[in-house]
Amino acid sequence: MTDVDPTGPMVRTVGVHKSFGRLEVLRGIDMVVERGQVCVVLGPSGSGKSTFLRCLNHLEKIDAGEIWIDGRLVGYRRKGDKLYELHDKVIAEQRRDIGMVFQRFNLFPHMTALQNVMEAPLRVKGESKADVRERAGALLARVGLADKATSYPNQLSGGQQQRVAIARALAMRPKLMLFDEPTSALDPELVGEVLDAMKDLAREGMTMVVVTHEIGFAREVGDLLVFMDGGVVVESGNPREVIANPKHERTKSFLAKVL
Amino acid sequence: MSQPEPIRAVPVRHPWRWVAVGFLAVLTAMFVHMLVTNENFHWRFMFRHMFTPAVLRGLQGTILVTVLAMIFGIGLGVLVAIARLSPNPVLRGVSWAYTWFFRAVPRIVLLAVFGNLNILWPNLSLGVPFDTYIGKIFGVTDLHMRLFTVETRSLLTGFIAGTISLALSEAAYMAEIVRAGMQSVDPGQEEAATALGMSRGQALRRVVLPQAMRVIIPPTGNETIAMLKDTSLLIYVPVTTELFYQLSAIGSRFFLPFPMYVAACLWYLAIVSVLLVGQYYLERHFARGHRTEQARIRLSGIAGEQGGAV
Repeated sequence: MTDVDPTGPMVRTVGVHKSFGRLEVLRGIDMVVERGQVCVVLGPSGSGKSTFLRCLNHLEKIDAGEIWIDGRLVGYRRKGDKLYELHDKVIAEQRRDIGMVFQRFNLFPHMTALQNVMEAPLRVKGESKADVRERAGALLARVGLADKATSYPNQLSGGQQQRVAIARALAMRPKLMLFDEPTSALDPELVGEVLDAMKDLAREGMTMVVVTHEIGFAREVGDLLVFMDGGVVVESGNPREVIANPKHERTKSFLAKVL
Repeated sequence: MSQPEPIRAVPVRHPWRWVAVGFLAVLTAMFVHMLVTNENFHWRFMFRHMFTPAVLRGLQGTILVTVLAMIFGIGLGVLVAIARLSPNPVLRGVSWAYTWFFRAVPRIVLLAVFGNLNILWPNLSLGVPFDTYIGKIFGVTDLHMRLFTVETRSLLTGFIAGTISLALSEAAYMAEIVRAGMQSVDPGQEEAATALGMSRGQALRRVVLPQAMRVIIPPTGNETIAMLKDTSLLIYVPVTTELFYQLSAIGSRFFLPFPMYVAACLWYLAIVSVLLVGQYYLERHFARGHRTEQARIRLSGIAGEQGGAV
């Protein structure tokens, strides 16, 4: 088996296990997300969905199983039947292609919105400042914040901060975007603007894995819905079908509470 | 609608505060009386000798050692703190041992040791290790393969030895301060930097350390003040171009030590007061963008919505 397979799915995980001490958070997650698909991960809190997302870009090390992103094994190199841990530098390179948006935004508070977006392309990829500035400006305009370029994060509302965070992740030209409950820390009136930015991104063909409680978003732009509980995938399929007709008891009761 | 009437109430009385003020006034008067009437202060002698060229050169030395020791101490301290929080167990261990050693040994002892390193190694040389022993194996006596040799005393003068030992000691304390500062930054910050593909070094330099400064600066001001005072320990190296050494030398020469000790108190009070002013402005600068500033921004936002200005 080779490490690179550019025609295959964007995300493929096989039997992913993860424990924190004695607590087994993930108990064998199998998932395939094709290129250009939007995968929505639903589930009650503590079901392991955020942990799973963090495993995808190796912020958490998995205990068993395999994660393939864009045809490359994440965090390891296989030679024969032996696995070799990758050096931090190589893992950092893998992460460049994977954008991540956090529940608590995690913008850099000592930098302006524009500087937040420019930071990684400048420091990590070493691109020219003029190019990066132009692209960062365009990205901020795309999320509707062209006039906030010189604002610091604490001068922005939660929804604006989250849109800057999306622009910041996009500045690295990722092939895959991970969203970890991107609207959970927002006031209800600000959720819409962030979801709209994400919907635009989905329509442009970005491959996305979104952990969220927004059923409407799943129904509207989702290609695949994965319902997790207790560290396993309980049910998955077309979002509209699963939401209309959940097969599993656990899915039914969860959806009844959220809808 | 009519405005409600402003409150007119009798304030709570604090008679004991007045008693305390009276008591302190009496004590102060007694103290001043003693300063003026006790002949042993030799005020005239003290003022004549506390500004001599030798004392001012000593003052320069004191300030120079303070500045150099703090610069090297902070630089090395940051490195030790980064090593302490590193995932690399070797670096963590070395950093722990460093902090352990330099915090355990009192500065005065450290200064005595560094001032007398020439007893241990009269000459320092750079060359092939074990050269004379290797020579013996091959039957050559006195094989010397050294690039250069210097006398320890000329390389490690009192001034340099004193500065180095104070800097090494300071680095251990600064490392703990920097570590606390780095740990006060939300872990989500380093995570966001990591998720963007930054290396640990980039994340620390660009994201974590700038935010840690707010926590690091105030105790660093205290450390600078402590360092200024600890330069008086340089007498044990010994270093002669130092304030306290010069003042006590004058005291011994004229058999009037006490007035010169008072002079030392006044000098240190004066320099520390200047440093305190600097610290006040530095802290105010680095508190920006935090709480008060945020509150101001929020207030101006609310006022803006209501069509007014703050």
